Amino acid sequence: MSSESIALTGVHEPSRPLGNVLHSWITTVDHKRIGILYILYALLMLVIGGIEATIIRIQLIVPHNNFVSPEFFNQMFTMHGTTMIFFVVMPMLFGFGNYLVPLMIGARDMAFPRLNAFSFWLTAFGGLLLYFSFIGGNGLYGTGAAPDVGWWAYSPLTSKAFSPGHNTEFWTLSLLVSGFGSIGTAVNFIATILCLRCPGMTLGKMPLLPWLNLVTAGMVLFAISPLTAAQILLCLDRFLGAHFFDTQAGGSAVLWMHFFWIFGHPEVYILVLPAFAFISEIVPVFSRKPIFGYPIMVAASVGIGFVSFSVWAHHMFTIGMNSYANGFFALTSMVVGIPTGIKIFNWLGTMWGGKLLFKTPMLFCIGFLFQFLMAGLTGIMLAAAPFNWQLNNSYFVVAHFHYVIVGGILFAIFGAFYYWFPKMSGRLYNETLGKLHFWLLIIGFHLTFDFMHIPGILGMPRRIYTYEPGRGWEIWNLIVTIGVFFQIAAIIVFAANLVYSIFKGKLAGNDPWDAWTLEWSVPSPPPEYNFATIPVVNSRRPLWDIKHPEDPDWQYE
Amino acid sequence: MRTLLASLLSLACARSSFALVQAASPVPNIFKSESTPADSIHRLSVFVLIITGLIFLVVFSLLAYAVVKFRNRPSPDNLEPPQVYGSNQIELAWTVIPVLIVLVLFFATARVIQSVQDAVPPANAVRVTAIGHQFWWEFRYPALGIVTANELHVPVSDRDRPTPTYVTLLSADTDHSFWVPQLAGKTDLIPNRINSIWIDPHSTGMYVGQCAQYCGVQHAKMLLRVYVDSPDQFRAWVDAQKRPAQTSEAVAAGRRIFESTACVNCHAVTGTIANGRFGPDLTHLASRDTIASGAAANNHENLKLWIRDPDAIKPGSLMPAMNLTDRDLESVTAYLESLK
Repeated sequence: MSSESIALTGVHEPSRPLGNVLHSWITTVDHKRIGILYILYALLMLVIGGIEATIIRIQLIVPHNNFVSPEFFNQMFTMHGTTMIFFVVMPMLFGFGNYLVPLMIGARDMAFPRLNAFSFWLTAFGGLLLYFSFIGGNGLYGTGAAPDVGWWAYSPLTSKAFSPGHNTEFWTLSLLVSGFGSIGTAVNFIATILCLRCPGMTLGKMPLLPWLNLVTAGMVLFAISPLTAAQILLCLDRFLGAHFFDTQAGGSAVLWMHFFWIFGHPEVYILVLPAFAFISEIVPVFSRKPIFGYPIMVAASVGIGFVSFSVWAHHMFTIGMNSYANGFFALTSMVVGIPTGIKIFNWLGTMWGGKLLFKTPMLFCIGFLFQFLMAGLTGIMLAAAPFNWQLNNSYFVVAHFHYVIVGGILFAIFGAFYYWFPKMSGRLYNETLGKLHFWLLIIGFHLTFDFMHIPGILGMPRRIYTYEPGRGWEIWNLIVTIGVFFQIAAIIVFAANLVYSIFKGKLAGNDPWDAWTLEWSVPSPPPEYNFATIPVVNSRRPLWDIKHPEDPDWQYE
Repeated sequence: MRTLLASLLSLACARSSFALVQAASPVPNIFKSESTPADSIHRLSVFVLIITGLIFLVVFSLLAYAVVKFRNRPSPDNLEPPQVYGSNQIELAWTVIPVLIVLVLFFATARVIQSVQDAVPPANAVRVTAIGHQFWWEFRYPALGIVTANELHVPVSDRDRPTPTYVTLLSADTDHSFWVPQLAGKTDLIPNRINSIWIDPHSTGMYVGQCAQYCGVQHAKMLLRVYVDSPDQFRAWVDAQKRPAQTSEAVAAGRRIFESTACVNCHAVTGTIANGRFGPDLTHLASRDTIASGAAANNHENLKLWIRDPDAIKPGSLMPAMNLTDRDLESVTAYLESLK
């Protein structure tokens, strides 16, 4: 018995009390831990946003359904949109960026670690503030209500006359708070990528993931700022009686639309460029070839970054702009398809002639390519302004942007999850469960979002809590709702895989995929400060050069 | 699984009790266009669909071919495939081709934008002002002196006698959007802004649409009907609508209650003291097929239910429950039903 007591006190590292562990996570300024915090936070919000989507779809399963009240339905789609955009996809992408960018550029942390932690907590508390509205918003004392103005919060619905109480204030303040967090993160990414690259890594030798995060960060800086400004104006309207958007006192509804969409459209690319970044890292490794046309890929990304700031009013084709404005924004919206198309072709070029390994991350990338192609083509249809006059604000648009965000971005995020999970946890995920997740999700996704286009073509507008029978919409809504249950099953499999693999997965080692970028040169999970000695690189694929000294990349770049 | 689904369905499908609109509503399919603006959009969309369909076929075939052809097969050497870094010729090709496609699409689009948006109204065009309210439509015909709600009547516009209708779009409160898919694309009604739209329906009949811009609690039941009448029918309708309200002694009790309660704060009946502007004009309420902006058929039971408890038909509607006694409710309903 005495030997056991010796073992307990002496040989093993003393297990730290839970309080200490939590304290170390809450006070951390380590980019990897902050990255993981972002990702866990986003996963939690994904579940909440998913529950809201499920409520929406159950309500719409048959016409004249009374599953929820119209007021509650309107809160659900407002919260679903706001949550998914601002508190799921953005934190998720910032999380991966935080984790991966310093590792991939050979840096020991972000440029401003404390700002980094501050940004995360602003985002986290912004989300909490949004959800506190369920308690503190308009309603009987203590039984509040969530914002119900839609995630664009069009004026004048947000003015005091139409939204009395405080629900709208929760919406605007939570986005104001998290917006400052996003701006802090953007500054941090730009400083890190421009200043902390390891010796030898010129911008032209930087992997595409940090490149795309650099472009994204620049866009966040210029897109979130007008949104934040607009939130301040809305706060002035609501708290101090200003009249920027109060149409009953001569304010402008259209001004808010411009403010919102000059943020809103670049936002789409802010969300999709990091997804492109994952694809650009994963597809080469599982095709066993370098990325095809690296300089063009960089140029196309920067091009998307610029053009995306000139397309915002394609969300406003139906507000009665004159024909020249409609023509201009139709043209720019089509033009943004060109660099995007080039990217798809370059990913195909990367796969062409390779040896494709269909591991789970690669399956998600192929799903992404197919779905993003479809989303781009429906996007071209929506860019044709007159076609948009019919399709805008219909279920066709809802199907289109879910194709982008779920079929594109979420698939890329799951690909990234499986690809970098071994690095983050030190363990391999379960391949069978991973593939089951993929197939369930792709079946559910296509059931839901393919058939969602059709009621839009048949004249069904979005944001309606119920609809009339006999308009040819019933069967499509039924199929769409059935698809949701496949997606829920997929997410349960994913969560099971995650939990199982963290505890029971096989040890991954440094480099389970035989990959080429710097994060795979360090142990899994990487130690604090990442690199014992700062690496020196000669090419875009430093680990390829080490593994193939007879044929290094720098001879060709 | 089946029982689970069935119980889920029954849980989800607690149906509302009031009688629904039973009139056969046609499917508002954007590809069954019946008016020039919708026709031009229809033609453009078929063109865009063909081009995007071709792009899809090409790119999808390349993707499918790559996935099948280059999937990893066990090879004896286990070597890495040839490392290819890119090709400027290929990049140039897949840059120039999309540029050309975009140019073609843009010119096709610009032509339709111009033809629909910049059309000049002919002298004989019917002029209507549509005003969006939470959650109903007010239609005014300034030249004809008619005010009605939710059901827009326009004359058919055939090749021999083109009589398009130009609708000026205004809003009394929040944003709304006028959308009748078979007649034209949608255009928003925005406070402090004057928008317009035009239609020239080729054949008579009833076309459904609804508000397409989220406008508050009852956005879903802000339905819209356009009745396309033959020239004779339209003339008869105009004559009937121009007359002041016809009332008879039989419904005098109902009229008295109507005019002495809060009804008149919001509703107008021409020729009486009722001149409220907040709710729909009721001068010819009985000539309309629906009440509550299309949410229910205009029949005795629904009308009574609507006056007693509007939330039973349209929860969140701005009309308050009137709290009348059963006898008064019956009288007011009879009065409203007499407003032909």
